[in-house]
Amino acid sequence: MIEVKNISKSFRDQKVLKDVSITFEKGKTNLIIGRSGSGKTVLLKSIVGLHEIDEGAIYYDNRNFTQMSIKERKLIRQEIGMVFQGSALFDSATIEENVMFPLNMFTKMSFEEKLERTNFCLKRVEVENKNTLFPSEISGGMQKRVAIARAIALNPKYLFCDEPNSGLDPKTAIVIDKLIREITVEYNITTVVNTHDMNSVMEIGDKVIYINQGQKWWEGSKEQILESDNEELNSFIFASEFFRKLGHKVS
Amino acid sequence: MSYVSDIGEFTLLMKSVFSKPEQGKMFRKQIILEIDKIGINSIGIVLIVSSFIGAVVTMQTAYNMSDPLFPDYLVGLSTRDISLLEFSSTVMCLILAGKIGSNIASEIGTMKVTQQVDALEIMGVNSSNYLILPKIIAAVFSFPILSLISMIVSMMGGWIAGMLSGSVSSSQFLYGLRYGFIPYYLYYSLIKVVTYSLIITAISSYYGYRTEGGALEVGKSSTKAVVSSSLFILVFDLLLTSLLL
Repeated sequence: MIEVKNISKSFRDQKVLKDVSITFEKGKTNLIIGRSGSGKTVLLKSIVGLHEIDEGAIYYDNRNFTQMSIKERKLIRQEIGMVFQGSALFDSATIEENVMFPLNMFTKMSFEEKLERTNFCLKRVEVENKNTLFPSEISGGMQKRVAIARAIALNPKYLFCDEPNSGLDPKTAIVIDKLIREITVEYNITTVVNTHDMNSVMEIGDKVIYINQGQKWWEGSKEQILESDNEELNSFIFASEFFRKLGHKVS
Repeated sequence: MSYVSDIGEFTLLMKSVFSKPEQGKMFRKQIILEIDKIGINSIGIVLIVSSFIGAVVTMQTAYNMSDPLFPDYLVGLSTRDISLLEFSSTVMCLILAGKIGSNIASEIGTMKVTQQVDALEIMGVNSSNYLILPKIIAAVFSFPILSLISMIVSMMGGWIAGMLSGSVSSSQFLYGLRYGFIPYYLYYSLIKVVTYSLIITAISSYYGYRTEGGALEVGKSSTKAVVSSSLFILVFDLLLTSLLL
């Protein structure tokens, strides 16, 4: 479980996060949704420590991440897996080397053991027999899967995904969403997904948090979201014709 | 004010760079990869530039020393001293700043804007130490070797050009190369080269590391890295020459 308590973050004079408090539950896919520029990415980066927060505290299973030393944070980070918007695979390394990287850095496994674990992770995300290819030689969807395989290589307790299906076609996006959901349940980890894709919300949103203008505007389940009377949330959800029609049907 | 903050940022980055590597085996592997990229991949340009400059220096010196009062061996001596004291250290490093400096800044800059650096940090890896320190070590190891190659090749280029053009005889040129040789010049040159290797890798890595945005910013960082490295090389050339000679 990850607890975010009253965090604020400013860049120069602009306050991007304002007193945000959220609890991300274990074994669930927690989705942060919101418009572009609402503060979702800053929130996610603040939680993992890529941005230093100005106020508040972040707890990883009751361990205060905010007050930790660099060394202690490093240990927590070895329990974190993250999938970035653009996959962030290492260009100069093969698929196998990318997935094996955290194992090389933080384990004392033999090469055979590392290779076995790498192949297991790649098989889990259904990318097989591509070990020797470079990231530029595979499709965007496959890159996302490899990024997920790398994120789970060290058996993380916490999985963060920043817009994992941006730039993917709807069908591939759903495959990625389902994969994240399956991994969350299978390993009983705390997953936080940053998205503005309503398909993802309806597909995997165990818990949904709507961020607007740097503040938590709404939170609930995917079932509750369509019945909410929060105007700002509704204008975000029903921005597309498809969801407007869906909304009418539900009501 | 911006310069003060730049110096502060640079100092903090270097403090993080010069820390103990997390995984010795991975670190050694990175150093070998960097030696290949920085050192071995630069041998070609060093050979070409050194041989041509050596040839041109010989021919120009011979042309300017056509007066019978000047002995012919002075052409070899001049070629040797120019190569040793300035060309194979400073000029060669200015050329390498263009090749290696831009490469380092664009490589790290691209990693930064595509969040590969963030990915390292999230994994708990000290990204600056992992990415920059192997480059610095590889450059400090490779540059003196490249400089020695440059010295030999530029003198060979001069010798061949002198013979082919008929501006100086082989025996006179070789006599000039050996005449009044001061071994300290070699040490002086290598001290300069080691300093420049640190300047090029540290400054280029700094500009790459602070890149934010997209492809345009990567290009800007790359340019800044080459310009700043070149300026610092020239400043340190003057400083080291006044201190060491």
